[in-house]
Amino acid sequence: MKKIYLDHAATTPIKKAVVDAMLPYLTENFGNPSSVYQMAQVNKKAVDEAREQVAAAIGAKAQEIFFTSGGTEADNWAIKGIVEARKSKGNHIITSKVEHHAVLHTCEYLEKNGYEVTYLDVDEYGSIRIDDLKKAIKDTTILITIMYANNEIGTIMPIKEIGEVAKAHNIPFHTDAVQAIGQVKIDVNDENIDALSITAHKFNGPKGVGALYIRRGVKVSQFMHGGAQERGRRGGTENVASIVGMGVAIELAYKDFDNKIRQYTQLRDMLINGILETIPYSRLNGHLTNRLPNNVNIGFEFVEGESLLLLLDMQGICASSGSACTSGSLDPSHVLLAIGLPHEKAHGSVRFTLGAGISDADINTVLETLPAIVKRMRDMSPLYEEFLAKQ
Amino acid sequence: MHKQKVVVGMSGGVDSSVAAYLLQQQGYEVIGMTMQIWDKDTSEDREDSCCGLSAIDDARRVCQMLDIPHYVMNFRNDFKRDVVDYFINEYKKGRTPNPCIACNRYVKWESMLNKALQIGADFIATGHYANILKNPETGRYQLVQSKALAKDQTYALYNLTQHQLKHTLMPLGEYDKEEVRKIATEIGLLVANKPDSQEICFVPDNNYAKYIEETTGTKSEAGNFINKNGEVLGKHKGIINYTIGQRKGLGVALGKPVFVSNINVTDNTITLGDNQDLFTNVVYASNLNFMPFDRLESKMNISAKIRYSHSPSNCSIEMIDKDKIKCTFTTAQRAVTPGQAIVFYDTDKVIGGGTIELI
Repeated sequence: MKKIYLDHAATTPIKKAVVDAMLPYLTENFGNPSSVYQMAQVNKKAVDEAREQVAAAIGAKAQEIFFTSGGTEADNWAIKGIVEARKSKGNHIITSKVEHHAVLHTCEYLEKNGYEVTYLDVDEYGSIRIDDLKKAIKDTTILITIMYANNEIGTIMPIKEIGEVAKAHNIPFHTDAVQAIGQVKIDVNDENIDALSITAHKFNGPKGVGALYIRRGVKVSQFMHGGAQERGRRGGTENVASIVGMGVAIELAYKDFDNKIRQYTQLRDMLINGILETIPYSRLNGHLTNRLPNNVNIGFEFVEGESLLLLLDMQGICASSGSACTSGSLDPSHVLLAIGLPHEKAHGSVRFTLGAGISDADINTVLETLPAIVKRMRDMSPLYEEFLAKQ
Repeated sequence: MHKQKVVVGMSGGVDSSVAAYLLQQQGYEVIGMTMQIWDKDTSEDREDSCCGLSAIDDARRVCQMLDIPHYVMNFRNDFKRDVVDYFINEYKKGRTPNPCIACNRYVKWESMLNKALQIGADFIATGHYANILKNPETGRYQLVQSKALAKDQTYALYNLTQHQLKHTLMPLGEYDKEEVRKIATEIGLLVANKPDSQEICFVPDNNYAKYIEETTGTKSEAGNFINKNGEVLGKHKGIINYTIGQRKGLGVALGKPVFVSNINVTDNTITLGDNQDLFTNVVYASNLNFMPFDRLESKMNISAKIRYSHSPSNCSIEMIDKDKIKCTFTTAQRAVTPGQAIVFYDTDKVIGGGTIELI
């Protein structure tokens, strides 16, 4: 059976060009970039080039990019590092209710350690309201951290406006851009972003490597104490091959970008419209247009997302019921609850995320498969039976 | 021909793992499913529990070894509603619940079966030691005791419905525990020597009274121990701490052995009595389920078990109300406990059963 992989928000396959670029650093170029001999300088150079590539993708300077073990570390570092560096100025953090757990759980941890956190509500599409943000700001606010785009429902936050508010109040603004990178154009200067987290495996790079952009002048205390790597700010021997892979991957992600986005958007809308037209009692979670070009999230009434995923899996279709990082907990998604869905509807939601290599034919296969599966599940659902009886 | 599909409830333990293996050998398309019934943060990582976190990990590894898919599914709400809440409420009513029976009936054989059927399975299967046979004359499904009588688990399965039995496979019914362990060792299952699950899976340290008080946030109110004439003998720590027939931990010294003979919720007293006060011939039960027929029409001579470890004892059963049965034992039975199950047998066949009531 052909597999149709529609979970690119969870992770993506590594592109061949990326693997090819990485391989020499797993074999002959094994040196430690910190060593002095010429042999190792190849490695230092490779890391520096990757840093340039990452910086270029978001309009930053190379010195503002710090490699990490991934998005979670970048989020942890940015949030804990900024509040610690600014703790003499206050103890208040503003974030949103729909952040990834790498941000939410970090904030909850800080809350237990004497910080005060405001979790902004979101509107029915999952976007914060700028007015709420302005009202939440206090004299003691030392960090605003709002995600660039939501990992579950794809809603893009009003980043530029948030950046303006933050700048006007002289509060550092961090954004978790893990899902957005490679899907939207990001410019940290234009958007007044002071810190930004990304990870390579979401854009066809390797797992286990990410980066934190920190605007020059923004104080962030050290997170990983150790050697003098990353200009003394993040200890640990560089993951050279993966860093090289990340550099190549991010460059490729923005190559022929407009065409790619046009194609994703078209496939996305084909899938959304196809589902909404053929499956009754289904609804789109998130906004119709203000969403990542690769994200589709649909709620099916009277259906449990979990079981739907298994049936899709049996047909070779890989999708998810929210975030892969939370699937272990099997709770209804905090994002769907935050946009106002009741528990049972939050449970019946499925996310499809597009990526390289997905074709019209794949989308058509999904559209041919899904209605029968949903119907089958509803036919066996006591809730649906009850609902029909009331009609 | 299309392979029949079976979802095996996998706990990572020996029994369910071997059940999955046997079904695979018999040519079924086997899917492993582990129920998640815990909050991750609060769960005790117990080795002997069937659905804890280590159970999920163990089940996954077994499925990897058997090369079958493994899914973890959320049954937390079902479990809380149908097992934990029921468990707490029964104790508050002065009764002694049987959470495993509730879990079987409502969580495994209702929620899990329903999910399994939804994902296109023909059956669910478990590693219970019991057999299911179809009576060719009546077309009804019948639960029959395991070949390994010492391990027989039919007591905890008496209230499965015809629909549930029809969609259930119990491949271990023809084996005893030693044979199952041997198979596990032969096929290289890492879990071959894992201990059997014990006690109540969601109650830490087997201290159910503490669990109830912590979960509900209220303390069970202290009250009086009395004798059958109503005279006060001492103070009890709250009715949830006691079970009919209990002797240990009463904290009263009366110069002779005394036992809990009655738990009276209305006036929050507990009656203590002699051993002989615990014996009765007549037991009532409700919430009935029968296997060979829907309703018991006329009086029947059978044998019955009033607790898991009890040997079946001769008795007659007759209906005295729409959902109330009167069971008269030939010899008096000790410590008949409201809330526990009474299960009726005709030799090795389960006729049915119900929940023991005071009257």
